[in-house]
Parts: sequence; structure tokens; C-alpha cells
Amino acid sequence: MKSALVGIYTLWLRDVTRFIRDKPRIISSSVQPLLWLFVLGLGLSTAFVRGGGSDYLRFIYPGIIAMSVLFTSIFSAVSIIWDREFGFLKEVLAAPIPRWSVAIGRALGGSTVAVMQGTIVLLFAPVVGLSFTAAQLLLAFLLMFMIAFSMTSFGILIAVRMHTHEGFQVVVNFILLPMFFLSGAMFPTQKGLPVWMHVLVSIDPLSYGVDALRQTLIGNPIYPIWLDILVVVCFGAIVLAIGVWYFERNE
Amino acid sequence: MRRELKTIIEVEKLAKDYNGLAAVKGVSFEVGHGEIFGFLGPNGAGKTTTINMLCTLLRPTGGRASVNGFDVAKNRLAVRKSIGLVFQDPSLDERLTAVENLRFHGMIYGVPRLERGQRIKEVLDLVELSGRQEDLVRTFSGGMKRRLEIARGLLHRPKVLFLDEPTLGLDPQTRHHIWEYINQLRSDEGITIFLTTHYMDEAEHCVRIAIIDHGELIAIDTPQRLKEEVGGDVIVLSTEDNKRAAREIVEKFNVEVKELNGELSLQVKSGDHFMPKLIKALETRVTSISLRRPTLEDVFLNLTGRKIRDEKVEGWDQLRSRVRSQRRRAR
Ligand SMILES: Nc1ncnc2c1ncn2[C@@H]1O[C@H](COP(=O)(O)OP(=O)(O)OP(=O)(O)O)[C@@H](O)[C@H]1O
Ligand SMILES: [Mg+2]
Repeated sequence: MKSALVGIYTLWLRDVTRFIRDKPRIISSSVQPLLWLFVLGLGLSTAFVRGGGSDYLRFIYPGIIAMSVLFTSIFSAVSIIWDREFGFLKEVLAAPIPRWSVAIGRALGGSTVAVMQGTIVLLFAPVVGLSFTAAQLLLAFLLMFMIAFSMTSFGILIAVRMHTHEGFQVVVNFILLPMFFLSGAMFPTQKGLPVWMHVLVSIDPLSYGVDALRQTLIGNPIYPIWLDILVVVCFGAIVLAIGVWYFERNE
Repeated sequence: MRRELKTIIEVEKLAKDYNGLAAVKGVSFEVGHGEIFGFLGPNGAGKTTTINMLCTLLRPTGGRASVNGFDVAKNRLAVRKSIGLVFQDPSLDERLTAVENLRFHGMIYGVPRLERGQRIKEVLDLVELSGRQEDLVRTFSGGMKRRLEIARGLLHRPKVLFLDEPTLGLDPQTRHHIWEYINQLRSDEGITIFLTTHYMDEAEHCVRIAIIDHGELIAIDTPQRLKEEVGGDVIVLSTEDNKRAAREIVEKFNVEVKELNGELSLQVKSGDHFMPKLIKALETRVTSISLRRPTLEDVFLNLTGRKIRDEKVEGWDQLRSRVRSQRRRAR
């Protein structure tokens, strides 16, 4: 048990060390969501003229936080593919720590990094004209962490099954982007959508994560918050369990 | 009291089948405490597969093996704690510094925090990388990375150090250096070393070697004794008509002749006396002739009828390394 905890901590520390070290990555992955927020937000808000332009900007703000968390999580997890390619994975798999602790350590490391990225976007709240109470902030952090953990776990599952970067590109195009666009991060998904799309929106676990963040930060819930949290946590637990199972199995 | 004769690795009919491809076909051997044990064999012989099974990275499909008294299939964590590993392919985190790589390793191998810093310093000194310890591994040369991997394999004071082709692709000077560490380790820390190689001259450094080919052990002994078994000296000659010369030698001297890559080779006792007689007796004109003590290459040739490294492969390797150095220069 002690070796498992050490394994989790060590792998977590590695992810965080590498993140803090990589200044260009921090900058580029901070600028990207801000670009989305301001360029897209301000650009499209002229199209959504009802009730003044800043409405749309506020609407997508929680969605951009979710986006930042989502992409950071998935990309951290997928660095397992790089580790495999550069051989470092072998060093980890040959170590006297249980494999599941490797998976959990990575999931926690990736989530921590993702929460840091989300926090950077959160810091821009005043620019969008929002301010939060301490309780709101605390809940937002918890939600970011839950989303991050479940998405990193999802990324680990993908990475364990995936042996090439080409394959990963396919996953990005066919799973990640649809998941993001259908989540309600960028446009409202409750009304006026075709039925098939509405079905996809409802089975997209990220819809619940985005809804939770949005109702915490600006209101307008679609689902009750307990349902949001339940879906995100259950999704995370299931994909993590499957990921660990594959991880334990493969040689 | 240390029992010098106790075996630390025991392997019994160990086998690995990759979906129908038998990579290792039931090998059995033992390695004693403090030995330098070498696995010698051509590409694809099953060296890495065997090491991976002993290191618990691969599950054997047959037989059993134990390392430091622990079964590699049933007691994997205990085996892992007892061993250090240097893989055939690079396995460092290039985005971390040398010290960070070592610290990471020390943590997952449970080296106590208080001891860790001191131990990291020791192993870095051993491989002479102290001056570069805070640099990212990405900036290291191939030889430096290899040395760092060896340092890492030693960090947690393993009982057995497994080295899979530790000197592959390194220049002779660095190879020599790495052998110095290996010998030093054996004398200072008394650890057992299990290594694989396909360099003949390296196998000579081992206390005992096992020769493996197509997944089977074909010989196991000290390099000295294996060479003695070849029987005397080796004479290599080329003539104007090798076929005819070979026939002549067999008729006149009744010794076995092998033809390989346009040369004839034969093994005789006291070759220095035999050589003049041979030249005189042959009617076919000899264009070149040489005499040498048998090498492990001859042992392999004797056992399999092949050279361990094909001349063609050798040429290809050289070409590759030349291309690589040119590219490096171009950059
Ligand atoms: N993961 C794998 N799946 C299927 N076959 C494999 C796998 N790994 C190795 N093999 C096969 O098993 C045989 C032995 O391979 P192994 O890597 O053990 O050879 P080796 O002696 O280490 O060779 P080298 O000197 O090239 O490193 C080869 O025929 C190889 O193709
Ligand atoms: Mg090999």
C-alpha cells in the first residue's frame, strides 16, 4: 500500500514538474482559451444582439473554462503515448509499484495541471465583468477538478488503447471535438435543436460538466447540480476503471 | 557470512511464445552471486525476451525462473525491488534533468529520502556526470544518456543489475569506460551483473557466457573454456580456387574446412607449425593466409556454422553510423 501511495505521488509530481518547467506550453495554452473567449466571444456577440453584446461573452465564459480543462486533461493523459515512444513508460512499468497506482498518479497529475489552466481563465473574470463569492469559487474549483479528473481518465483510456499519434488524431476529430461542441460550451443546447442532436447532447458527459460550471458561475441551470456532479463523477470512475484494467493487462 | 557459491538467478525451461512465434524455447541456467554473466547471440535470438521475463516485464509461457530467491511470475514486486535495469532502448524522461530522473527513480524504488541525495551524488560521480546534473537530459549525448541510465539502474542498490546491450551504438572509448564501471561495480558493491551483447570482445569480459541462438542455449561456460573447445588455432586463408583448395586440404590433412565469405577457415593444433606445411602442400595458389587464437566468433561459428554478425549487417551498420554522423555535422 505504501508503494502505491508513493507511486501515485511520484507520478503526480512528475506531471506537475514538467508543466511548471514548460513555460512556452503554459503561455500558449493560456493564450488559446483567451483568444477563443475574446475573439469568438466578441465577434459572435454582435450576432446575438438580444439584450446587449456582453451576454454572449458571459455565456461562453464557463464554457471556455471547461474547454481549457478538457483539452489540457486529454493532452496530459495522452503524453502516455509519448512516454511509450520515448521508452520512459518502461521505466515506470518495471518499477516496484502497482500499475493501477501509475494510472491514478497520472490521472491526478493531469487533473492538477488542467485545474491550473482553468484557473488562469478564471482569473480573467473581471475582464468579462463577472465577480464571484468565495463559495462560488470554491465550488468552481471542485467542479473543475472533477471534470479534469474524469477527462484525464478518459484520455488515459484512449492512450492505453492507442499506440500511434495518427490514431490519436482520429480520436481528437471524431470524439473530442464533437464532445466539446455538443457540450453547450459555445452555444445553448436546450432549445431548437434536431432530436438526434439533442440525444447526443444528453449523452455527452461534458454537457453536465459545462452546465455545472455555468450554473455555479452565472446561473441558468439546465439540470440539477447533483445530477451534473453524478454524471461527471460516474463517467470518470467508469473510464478510469476500464483504463486501469487495460493498463494492468498489457505487456 | 556470505555464501559465495549460492545462485542468485535460477532459470528452468523458461519459454516465451508470442502468439505462435517461439522466441525463447525452454532455456535453463543458473547465475552465481557476484558473477558477470553474459548472454551472447545474434539479433532476434531471444536475449531481450529472456531479460524481460527475468525482470517480470513479460510473463513466461512456460517454465519458471527466480531472481534473488523470488519467483518472477508469483512474486513480481519482490523481484523488481531486487533488480536494476538498463533497457536496450532509451528510457529516460528527456524533459527532466539528470537529477530529477534519478530522484524520480529513487522515489518509486523506495530509497529513503535521507539517503537519496547522498546516493544520487554517489552514482552521478561514478558515471562522471556530476557536472551536468542540473541539465535537461534532452541536451545529453547518447553516451551520456547511457551512463545516466546505468547510474539510475544502480541507485537503489540492486542485488542484480540487468544490462541489455549496454554499449550498443557507443564509441570504443565510451564502451571501454562503461566496462570500467561494470568491473568496478562488481568489486565495490559485489552485485551480480547479467548482460546481453552481440559484441564478441565484450563477451570476453564476462565470467561466464551463455550463447543463445533461435531461442535456445547452445553453450554455457567461461569464455576461456569455450575457446579451448574450438580445438587449437584458427587458420584463415584465401586461394585462387577455394573449392579446389578445400578438397585438397581435406584429402591431405584430414581436417574440416569451412568456407565463409570467400575465405577458408580451419582449426588445427599448433598452427604455427601447420601453416608452412599447408602452404607447401597445396597445389592451388594461396593469395593470403593468417593465423590466430580462437575467438568467441569461432566458437559461435563452430556451433552454428554462421557468423554471429553477418558481414552485410556489419556493413549496413557502418553505413548507418556514417550517415548519422554526417547528418549531425550538417546541422
Ligand atoms: N512483442 C513482440 N511480439 C512478437 N514477437 C516479438 C516481440 N518481441 C520480440 N519478438 C520476437 O521474438 C524474437 C526474439 O526477440 P528478442 O528481442 O528477444 O531478440 P534479441 O536477442 O534481444 O535481439 P537483438 O539483438 O536484436 O536485441 C524475435 O524473433 C522477435 O521478432
Ligand atoms: Mg535485444
